[in-house]
Parts: sequence; structure tokens; C-alpha cells
Amino acid sequence: MKIVKAAIAGTLESSDLVVKVSPGDEGLDIIIHSEVYKQFGEQITAVVKETLSAFDITQGEIIVEDKGALDCVIRARVQAAILRGTASETIAWEKL
Amino acid sequence: MKKLRRSMLFLPGSSAAMLSTAFIYRPDSIMFDLEDAVSLKEKDSARLLVFHALQHPAYKDIETVVRINPLNTPFGLKDVEAAVRAGVDVIRLPKTDTPEDIYQLESEMARIEAACGRPVGSTRLMAAIESAVGVINAVAIAQSSPRLMGIALAAFDYVMDMQTERGDGTELFYARCAVLHAARAAGIDAFDVVYADIDDEAGFLKEVDLIKRMGFNGKSLINPRQIEILHNAYAPTQEEVDYAERVIAAAEEGDRQGLGVISLNGKMIDAPIINHARVVIERKNASGVRQ
Repeated sequence: MKIVKAAIAGTLESSDLVVKVSPGDEGLDIIIHSEVYKQFGEQITAVVKETLSAFDITQGEIIVEDKGALDCVIRARVQAAILRGTASETIAWEKL
Repeated sequence: MKKLRRSMLFLPGSSAAMLSTAFIYRPDSIMFDLEDAVSLKEKDSARLLVFHALQHPAYKDIETVVRINPLNTPFGLKDVEAAVRAGVDVIRLPKTDTPEDIYQLESEMARIEAACGRPVGSTRLMAAIESAVGVINAVAIAQSSPRLMGIALAAFDYVMDMQTERGDGTELFYARCAVLHAARAAGIDAFDVVYADIDDEAGFLKEVDLIKRMGFNGKSLINPRQIEILHNAYAPTQEEVDYAERVIAAAEEGDRQGLGVISLNGKMIDAPIINHARVVIERKNASGVRQ
């Protein structure tokens, strides 16, 4: 899938995160800011990359502002931003 | 023994914080709301949030319910896809007016269950009645599907439909009786309305006392603070527990002796009394003796 427009999902409330996605031509640029980056940075990065990979997203800028979200919340917000950014009307649930 | 369903806690499906912590309050059931609590522009995001929260290990040991949007909106069917595929226990259909509403949802659920490899019929259903037409059709709705585990009365839309407003309960008198009788006749659970003023504990307790005496299984709740109050109100007194234990002991002794008729203190004990005693003990085990 290809990110065709800038999109955003999530909130800056505690236990949530904001994910911004934008189109790009040269690979993936992933930027992650988190209140708990020291403890969980690797895990957050892994969840974000795994989610992008499930949607075959190979290009674009992904910015994450995490406020201590659980993995399931990170997955949901990244997926919502991708679906909005790729203008997808239908969801391939088996990919989720 | 039937599952206890005294408290059904509403959670906005768009709130990551509440979805990440609600299980710690231990309501009997948790209801993720995709309908009224979620704004139109966040329906897609909330649906994904609920889809993933449902699969979190913390929700494995608690009954989960998803309140979907009505099927005649652009969101309803997508909500059903997400909830069934995530393995929700129960789908709550809002604004149920006729059995046909249930048939339509049932058919979509069966299709999705088959598509994702879940046993067809394994996802349960709950109908929320929110109009005069729904109340009139309550019996037919309650008997419309083997998937139905209960019906609930929802007050906000109902009182508007009846051209009145929430008050001391007079405005819900007929609807409560109708929904409760429909549920009992169909052998399913009945749930009362939410009590919106979370700071009015006395008013909440008065309403809980009424619906408990009427025979409702429990209430929908909007705040975790109401759970303990509700569970305590539904807990048996020490006197009720003592009597229930004597009933069960007498029934077990009767079984051992092969007696057809069992008596306690000169009074006959039959199956309904024994079943009620088991419910009393179950409620004591779940939340102790009433304080």
C-alpha cells in the first residue's frame, strides 16, 4: 500500500499516542518520541515496524508521539493512520 | 449455573486510557461503545482500538460486549466485522424495534463467523430497546434468536420517544415491566437503564433497589464508581446466606438419602428454592455479604 496523503490518528492523552503519516519517495523514515522510550523504545519501534510491514508500507514519513500506550493501542493507532493516509475504504481484517 | 451479570460497564471505544485499564474494576461485563460515545470522525479509529483491545490478554477472563452502530448507518456492518473477528462475546444492537432487526444482524454475524473460522452461532447477541415500538415488540424480539443472551432497556431515546423525560422512574414503569417479562418468558437476562448522575449515590441506590426487587439481572453503568455500590446492593445479607446454606445442605442430604421430597424446619424445599439458594451463594462468592 502507498501513503497518498498526510493523515493523523490518536490523541496526546495518557496511555494513547498520536501517529502522523505523510507520503515519501525514498524509503521509510520513522521518528518515535515517547515518555517511556528508555524502557520501551525497542518494543514500540518493533510494533510500529511490524504494523507498517503488515500493510506493505515501504515509503513515507511516520512520526509517533507516544504517551505510554499499550502495544494493542499502538497497533490500532498506526493502522488507523495508515488507512486514512492510504485512503483505504475497506480493511483486510486478516492482515490485522 | 448462569453467569452473573449485575454490572455492565460502558466504555467509550475511542478512549485508549479507559480501554487500557477498565478490566481492573472487575465489572461482570465490559461494554465497548462504538455508537453514541464516539464522534463521527473517530468511528474508524475507535473500531480498530476496540478490535485490538478485545484481543488483549487482560480481557480474556471477562465477558466483553460491543455496542455497534445501527446497521442502517455506514458504520454498523464494519463494527460487526471488527467485533466478531476479534472474538467478542456479545454484540449489543442499539435501537432494536423489531425481530427483523435481529434477523438481519444474525445473518451478517453468521457470514463473518464462517469467513474467519469461528463456529457459526458462537457470538452472542443482546438487544437494546429504545422506543415505544421496541417495547411493544419486546416479546417477539426476546424470542427472535437463540443467540440472544439478554435484552436491555435504554432510557434516553425511549423517554424522548414517549414525549417525556427521566424522573423518578414513573416514566419507565411500563417499559421496565414489559422488557423484564419478555426476557423472563424467553429465558434470557434483562438489564436496566444507566443512572447518569454519578454523584447522586442515594438516587442510584434507590433505583438499584427497585430494579433488583423487580427482578432485573443488573444495570448498564457509565462509571466504575457505581460497580461496587451495585454489587453490594445485589449481595445477599448474612441471614440470606445462612438460610441458603441450610437449603443446599438439606437438598444434598435429601439426594444422599434418595428422598423425593425434602423439607427444612417443616417446610418443603423444591427446585426453585434450591436454585434461588444457589444464586444467593453465587452472589456471596462474587462480592461477599451485603455491608
